[in-house]
Amino acid sequence: MINSNLIPDFTLSPRIDQTGAEERALRFTRRSIKKESKINGLKLVLNMIDLTTLEGKDTEGKVKQLCYKAMHLHDALPGLPTVAAVCVYPLFVKTAKKALEGSGIKVASVATAFPGGQAPRDVKIRETKFAVNEGADEVDMVISRGRFHAGEYNYVFDEIAAVKEACGPARLKVILETGELVSFDKIRRASDIAMYAGADFIKTSTGKIQPAATLPVTLIMLEAIRDFYYKTGKKVGMKPAGGISKSKTALHYLVMVKEVLGEGWLTNEWFRFGASSLANDVLMQIAKETTGIYQAANYFSID
Amino acid sequence: MKKKQKNILPRKSNTLKLSFDTSWTYAPAPESRTSATIQPRYDLFINGKWTKPESGKYFETINPANEETLSEIAEANAADVNKAVAAARNAYEKYWKKLPAKERGKYIFRIARMMQEKSRELAIIESLDGGKPIRESRDFDIPEAANHFFYYAGWADKLDYAFPGKKTASLGVAGQIIPWNFPLLMAAWKIAPALATGNTVVLKPAETTPLTALKLAELIQEADLPPGVVNIITGAGETGAALVQHPDINKIAFTGSTEVGKMILRAVAGTNKKLTLELGGKAANIIFEDAPLDQAVEGIINGIFFNQGHVCCAGSRLYIQESVANTVIRKLKDRIETLIVGDPLDKNTDIGAINSKKQLETIHYYIKTGIQEGAEIYESSCRLPSKGFWCKPTLFLNVAQSSRIAQEEIFGPVLAILTFRTDDEVIEKANNTPYGLSAGVWTDKGSRIFNMTRKMRAGVVWANTYNKFDPTSPFGGYKESGFGREGGLHGLMPYLHLSNLIPNSTRK
Repeated sequence: MINSNLIPDFTLSPRIDQTGAEERALRFTRRSIKKESKINGLKLVLNMIDLTTLEGKDTEGKVKQLCYKAMHLHDALPGLPTVAAVCVYPLFVKTAKKALEGSGIKVASVATAFPGGQAPRDVKIRETKFAVNEGADEVDMVISRGRFHAGEYNYVFDEIAAVKEACGPARLKVILETGELVSFDKIRRASDIAMYAGADFIKTSTGKIQPAATLPVTLIMLEAIRDFYYKTGKKVGMKPAGGISKSKTALHYLVMVKEVLGEGWLTNEWFRFGASSLANDVLMQIAKETTGIYQAANYFSID
Repeated sequence: MKKKQKNILPRKSNTLKLSFDTSWTYAPAPESRTSATIQPRYDLFINGKWTKPESGKYFETINPANEETLSEIAEANAADVNKAVAAARNAYEKYWKKLPAKERGKYIFRIARMMQEKSRELAIIESLDGGKPIRESRDFDIPEAANHFFYYAGWADKLDYAFPGKKTASLGVAGQIIPWNFPLLMAAWKIAPALATGNTVVLKPAETTPLTALKLAELIQEADLPPGVVNIITGAGETGAALVQHPDINKIAFTGSTEVGKMILRAVAGTNKKLTLELGGKAANIIFEDAPLDQAVEGIINGIFFNQGHVCCAGSRLYIQESVANTVIRKLKDRIETLIVGDPLDKNTDIGAINSKKQLETIHYYIKTGIQEGAEIYESSCRLPSKGFWCKPTLFLNVAQSSRIAQEEIFGPVLAILTFRTDDEVIEKANNTPYGLSAGVWTDKGSRIFNMTRKMRAGVVWANTYNKFDPTSPFGGYKESGFGREGGLHGLMPYLHLSNLIPNSTRK
């Protein structure tokens, strides 16, 4: 927790000029990433992925297969890193934990009545504790967007702080669901609330709402992280999630991290991609850069 | 897994530092030179033909990024200027003046389309000859130049509607002298409205950056524009002086330094020549405490480092409200670390080469002056190439209103940073300059924007953005930044005689 003297008035969070932020975000996409910087970047991207399955129809079988994929992205290409984590519902944490044993890959669990977050606080706390007890290394919570829109910032803050406490040693990712907050001013304000309440990561989206992660929204959050770091000395991680399915887009995000936060965040300890289909596109690109030819999608497993 | 997080104590922000020297780097991504053709020697473009100079002299144009010679350029003397003006006069009287306006428009549209078709080649040559990053020449200079031709092509047959109640007539021959900072774009700003209004042109590009204007001459030849309608002659100050003093010129349009502008004004005084001058600037870029600071930082960067700061409307005087000064300066310091300085042809380059040795000397002189005046200098830690003309992005902190680096135009990547407390104070300080070309205001408050824009004596005031241009928008200065407007409807006026039409109904 942050020293309470340091907690600011969140209504005074910095204002964002949307046009300016979008222009700046576009500028990152103009960087030309070629040759070895492309390969190195793509490997870094792979290593930052939270391979995710969050469906009503998830089963143990599905989760086990996903975990195998996490550890063996494409064995035809030697020397590839693994993904950073596998992200599942709390009921599948135990399965994933067992399947990933010894691999170094983290298990992340969504909690707090994901994705809507419309549940009483004690239910959310119980769910969080359940996930952690099952072995989750990381918890991805959702904020109460309704309360946030109603201006009940203290409620949102306290809830995040309570979930953080329930996490114990597990790292907490706080999902703002930026597609429901809409304005850049509100995204910045929610980022500040989450970080001061104890978030280890702030995350754009559940993946269930459109738009999910975008470059400008991620930029606003990275800048919030930078300001928070300078204020408190504490690093907070960033996880854009949803809608990032192409290598090229992922590299744009990496460029943005490099130029907004620098070396300290270019690691999966502080930056993640929440994605399910991104990995295969990255693998295809790496295969192309290595062999000089594009291979058909059928050469890459679909889990 | 993690050790328990202790209470975080407040830290002085100056003990923390982000590192942008990252292990993941960008590989070189140079644009290929092969799609650009540069002749080893260029003659003068007079009366639709390439003509050897009467002077018999040629001078070299070099690539400022490596000091290699790109081409030899003809130097026009008074006799050459005479020939060019005579060709323009002849084309005006015999052909262009009589041509239906719609047909004039078609020629201008054709030039615009051909510029788009050749945009890649033009961008490469612009970056080679002038040192600006290919990202800027490709995404700004060339498209914007083509847009000017498109925009004024549209006006050619609609001049009667541009000025209701007035009758319009062309002037004759326009002599146009342009600077080295936006070579092709400035040529477009000058030529497009002149042609649209039915005038013919003798244009002189700057001696350090003549190549894209000469490529434009090739393009104009290919577009089959009648001979003599556009003449392009090259040379330095003496060529320009001969053009200004030529008795058969009806209109002079000049963009360049205030010093030369004053000389032209004296030379033109007492003649019938119409004159527009677009001269220097020392724009105030003003950051209020309620501004969107991260976007303002981008605006500051764009304001002073765009085109290496070789921009007459550059935001070279930064005024930050004191309550946010430390934050903004910290953000600026981080931001300049991520600016990539180097090969102008590399697609990732943000800041290219300084245009010429002479300009680099001027910039160094002012950096020395700033240090002598006691201002605190902060430079990016980037490494500069060993050959060519380069300058690191430079900030001067603790600058006073009376410092020379806050008063005089440096025309380089050097920003003077000052602070202020109240709105009235900053308006007074911003206006406290002999210049008045542009300004920027950053605030979240709409009413403040309108208050500021009303009181600032500057031709352009940008609010929450900087260095935005459009052919439809007039551009020009107050005070020693010049007079006359280029761009938009206003940009037609300097090339027209306007006379009153008296409607029948009011006649007795």
